[in-house]
Amino acid sequence: MAPDTPLVIVDNLSYQRDKRVIFDQVSLRIPRSKITAILGPSGTGKTTLLKLIGAKLKPTQGNVHVDGRNIHSLSRPDLYRFRERIGMLFQNGALFTHLSTFDNVAFPLREHTKLPESMIRDLVLMKLDAVGLRGAQALMPAELSGGMARRVALARAIALDPMLIMYDEPFTGQDPISMGVLIKLIRRMNDALDMTSIIVSHDVAETLSIADYVYVLANGKVVAEGTPSDLQHDTGPFVSQFMHGLPDGAVPFHYPANPFIHDLLGDNA
Amino acid sequence: MTTWLQQLGHSGIETCQKLGRSFLFLLHVLIRPPRLFKTFPLLIRELYSVGVLSLVIIIVSGIFIGMVVSLQGHHILIKFSAEQELGQLVALSVVRELGPVVTALLFAGRAGSALTAEIGLMKTTEQLDSMEMMGVDPLWKIISPRFWAGFITMPILAVIFSAVAIGGGYVVGVDWLGVDGGSFWSNMQSAVDFRLDVVNGIIKSVVFGIVVTWIAIYQGYDTVPTAEGVSRATTRTVVYSSLAILGLDFILTATMLGGW
Repeated sequence: MAPDTPLVIVDNLSYQRDKRVIFDQVSLRIPRSKITAILGPSGTGKTTLLKLIGAKLKPTQGNVHVDGRNIHSLSRPDLYRFRERIGMLFQNGALFTHLSTFDNVAFPLREHTKLPESMIRDLVLMKLDAVGLRGAQALMPAELSGGMARRVALARAIALDPMLIMYDEPFTGQDPISMGVLIKLIRRMNDALDMTSIIVSHDVAETLSIADYVYVLANGKVVAEGTPSDLQHDTGPFVSQFMHGLPDGAVPFHYPANPFIHDLLGDNA
Repeated sequence: MTTWLQQLGHSGIETCQKLGRSFLFLLHVLIRPPRLFKTFPLLIRELYSVGVLSLVIIIVSGIFIGMVVSLQGHHILIKFSAEQELGQLVALSVVRELGPVVTALLFAGRAGSALTAEIGLMKTTEQLDSMEMMGVDPLWKIISPRFWAGFITMPILAVIFSAVAIGGGYVVGVDWLGVDGGSFWSNMQSAVDFRLDVVNGIIKSVVFGIVVTWIAIYQGYDTVPTAEGVSRATTRTVVYSSLAILGLDFILTATMLGGW
C-alpha cells in the first residue's frame, strides 16, 4: 500500500443494536503513522467503533478497510491472522488474571511465534522496560494499580509490533501521574515503532495534547473533524460545548421531562 | 389475548434461538479438540481444577450415601429376613442410579458453577475479547480444554463415587449391623452384571458429563457481562444442569431397561 493511503478507511458505516441506531453512515480516514483521536460523549458507541474496526462486530451496512483489506469479508482464520497485526488496549487493561505480568506480555508471542523461550524472555523484558515495569514482571494483575495494569496491557498490545494500535478510553480513572505517563508512552510508542494509533476517549484535554487529527462523534454521526487546534476554535454549539466542558448548551443539562410544576402538583397544576 | 399469544410466540422463538446458538457453540467446541502441544497443558490444568478439586466432595458424599442406603436397606430387608442381600441392594442402587446422578448433581454444583463463573468473569473483564483481538481463539484456549476436562472427569468421578459408596455401605452393613461380609460381597457379585449395570452407569455419567459441562461453559460464554449477569448465569447452570440430569436419567434408564 502507498504510504499516503490511510491505514483504516471506514466507509458509510452503519450499525444497529436491538433496533437502536448506534452509527448512521459514518465515514472516517485514519492516516498512517499518526495518532487519530475519536472523541465523543459517553454512550456514543466509541468502543463499538473500535470493535467494528477490529471486526469483533459486524456492521449493518458499509465497510471497513484496514491496510487495504475489507476486514469484514475475511474468513475466520484469515481474520485471526490479520488481528496479529492489530493491538488493542482495553479500558481496564483486560489482563489475564491467572497469568503474571511477564506471562501476560509473553502470551501473544508464545501463541503466534515459534521463538525460543530465551528470546521471548528478552522481548518481554524489552517491552516491559519500555513501559517502565520491568521490575513488576513477577507481579500478578491483582497486585498492580489501575495505571500499571494499563501499562502492562500496552506492553502486551505492542508485543508483536503491530501496525495499528487502538486505545479504548486509556485515560479514564487515572491519577495525574499515571495519566502523564500514559500520554508520554502513547506518543513515544507511536513515533518510535512507526505505528498508527487510534484513541477513543472523552478526556478532551489529554487526548488533544497528543492527537494529530480528531474526529468528534455524537448521535451516531461525525459532527466535526480536524486538527486539535481547529476543533478548539470550532464555534459549532455542540463541539464548543463538548470541547470546553460546558454544563448546558446543545446537550441540555436536563434530561427531557414533563414541566416541573406538573410533576410537583400533578393534575392540580 | 393477542398480546398473550404474541408474547408466547416471542418467547418460543427466543428459546429456539438460544437452543440453536448453544448447539452451534457445542459444535464449535467439538471441532476444536485439544492439540498435543498447544492446548494439552491447559487440559491437564483443567483436569486438576475440574476433577481433582471435586474429589473431596465426591468422596465424602459417596461415603455418606453408601452408609445411608445400607442403613435404610437393612432396616427394610431385615423384615423379610433378607439382610444378606444388602450388598446387592447397595451395589445396584449406587452403580445404576445414585452414583451417576448424585455425582452429576454435585459436579454441577461444584465444577459447573465454577466454570460458568470463571468464564463469565473473563467475559465481563473483557479477557475473552482481548484474547480474540489478539488473534487467539478463546474457544481453543479457554472453552475447549474445560469442556474436555468435564467430559473426561465426570465418569471417573462417578466410578470413584460408586466404589466409595459401596465401601461406606459395607462398613455400616457388615461392621455395624452385623451382616455377614461373605454374603455381602458374594450376593453383590452374583447380582451385578458388568454390562447391564456397571457399563450402563458409566454411559449415564458420560452423558451427564457432556450435558453439565456444555451447559456450564455455554452459560459462562453467553453471560451478560455484568455482576448480575454472572450471578444469574451461575444459577442457571446449576438449575438447568440439575433438571437436565434428572430428566435425562429417566430417559436413559427407560431406554436401558427397554421400557420404550
